[in-house]
Amino acid sequence: MPLEPATLTSLPEAGGDEQEYLWTLNFGPQHPATHTTLRIVLKLAGEQVVDAIPDIGYLHSGFEKIGESLDYNQYVTVTDRMNYISPLANNVAWHHAVETLLGIDVPRRAQYIRTIVAELARISDHLLCCGAMGLDVGAFTFFLYAFNERETLYDAFETLCGARFTTSYTRVGGVMRDASPLFIEKVRHFVRAFPRTLDDMERLLNRNRIFIDRTRGVGVLTKQEALARSCTGPVARASGVTMDLRKDAPYLAYEDFDFNVCCMTTGDCYARYLVRMAEMRESLKIVSQAIENLPSGPVNLDTGERVTIPDKSQVYTTIEGCISHFELIMANRGIEVPHEESYAAIEAPNGELGFYIVGDGSDVAYRARCRPPSFIHFAVFPHLIRGHTLSDVVAVLGSLNIIAAELDR
Amino acid sequence: MASQKALAALTQRFGKLETSEFRGQTRVVVPRDKLLDVVRMLRDELAFDLLVDITCVDYLNYRNAQHRFGLVYLFAVTETNERLTLRVFLDEPQLSVDSLVPLYEGANWLEREVFDMFGIRFEGHPDLRRILLPEEFTAFPLRKDYPLQGRGERHNFPVLTRDEG
Repeated sequence: MPLEPATLTSLPEAGGDEQEYLWTLNFGPQHPATHTTLRIVLKLAGEQVVDAIPDIGYLHSGFEKIGESLDYNQYVTVTDRMNYISPLANNVAWHHAVETLLGIDVPRRAQYIRTIVAELARISDHLLCCGAMGLDVGAFTFFLYAFNERETLYDAFETLCGARFTTSYTRVGGVMRDASPLFIEKVRHFVRAFPRTLDDMERLLNRNRIFIDRTRGVGVLTKQEALARSCTGPVARASGVTMDLRKDAPYLAYEDFDFNVCCMTTGDCYARYLVRMAEMRESLKIVSQAIENLPSGPVNLDTGERVTIPDKSQVYTTIEGCISHFELIMANRGIEVPHEESYAAIEAPNGELGFYIVGDGSDVAYRARCRPPSFIHFAVFPHLIRGHTLSDVVAVLGSLNIIAAELDR
Repeated sequence: MASQKALAALTQRFGKLETSEFRGQTRVVVPRDKLLDVVRMLRDELAFDLLVDITCVDYLNYRNAQHRFGLVYLFAVTETNERLTLRVFLDEPQLSVDSLVPLYEGANWLEREVFDMFGIRFEGHPDLRRILLPEEFTAFPLRKDYPLQGRGERHNFPVLTRDEG
């Protein structure tokens, strides 16, 4: 259904004469620089953007409704498809929330593995975001450097769980399978090789005249605005909000590692780019510490806890494993979930990714609400773009890292 | 996570509020008409500067539920990461509550989404339209009386042919 842009306007009616000179431009839903399916109706005075009216929902697939019919392990496949740039971080976020509701802690080794994959997902997300932002403002080489490194990461993910994109790696009380020596070797190789590429990337853009002209002073978000508009993650940190859940409320194994929270105060597109580039180095520090200190032991909770489906070798050879398997698989059994509700969040690459889960005793969530950072950051977009030129739309959009699948869910 | 100080201050101002705690998360039930005052106090006096999320739960089939809808407001103090959850319960004819947009600009889209999915009206919201679903959609799909597979809305959309388009 084509929407009439006139009915969408959020501007107070301007004077009759002035209104005639405004152009309306449909940006999206199919546009190479939106990268995903979203639509913005721009009101232009010449080349200047007077107002931007986002129109979203093209990718709405009812993920929260689906969450009310899939059990806690099945729903992880849906979380892959939310922010498909960093699916592992979503997997970790979902099961972190489920385990908070259940009140269980995963084994130490699983915590470390989850930390490693969440940080690798952060690197892959930031690579895409910075790369695509570079691409949109004309730095094609930069984009290729970024995507080449993402390929290495996808390769490692494939070794870890058999899938490059839709990983579905975590399970209630653990992970799908243990990190193999080959995966560890690939991550070690990445940790060694990546800083050189990162140096190259920084040399390409950080002092690039064209890039700085296109991004510095563009789309400025002040600290007060960032807070009032609920921004989190790199977008808020680029504006001077020193919030990072990895430090403020350490989950998984983040307490064990030495890393910095990267902040800027200028709050423009350039600051958001720099924060993301700096965060990749910090993530790399975490990954290298975690991979060298990876504890031994099981990756899943013991069968006695009766939350994780036991390994097949246990099911076929031990009576406990067999019982546990049937208890979890049979209808009307499954995991025992409290008749309660809780919220838990992790610091996803884009910001705070939380799930508000209402349990009703069965192993299917009564309500599975996702707090999507992209949704909240896209709401800021019209405010950031007002008064800038049309060519700045892609720079601002790129710096916010809007992923439409997470935006619309 | 919420400090006792915030709770004590709220109790002192608004009388006895029903509170509960689960997994370290403090929840305060706020009467529908006092929401705006409580949130204003949270923001101005107790330094809750970040509105994390607004969502809603439909308790239609929920065991021991007293009310039909429960709104969830999550707040945080960015300096200390202290968190507080406010709950507002609503029942059938009175499905409206004050909008938080005058206090937190970020509430705008979050409230629109709750309206879109549950049909709860936010009084004083500047632009309360559907956000994810098309304008002509009539149902509220996250309500529990709405079937998972829909009611055939997708199949009944007007077909736009190439000639018309």
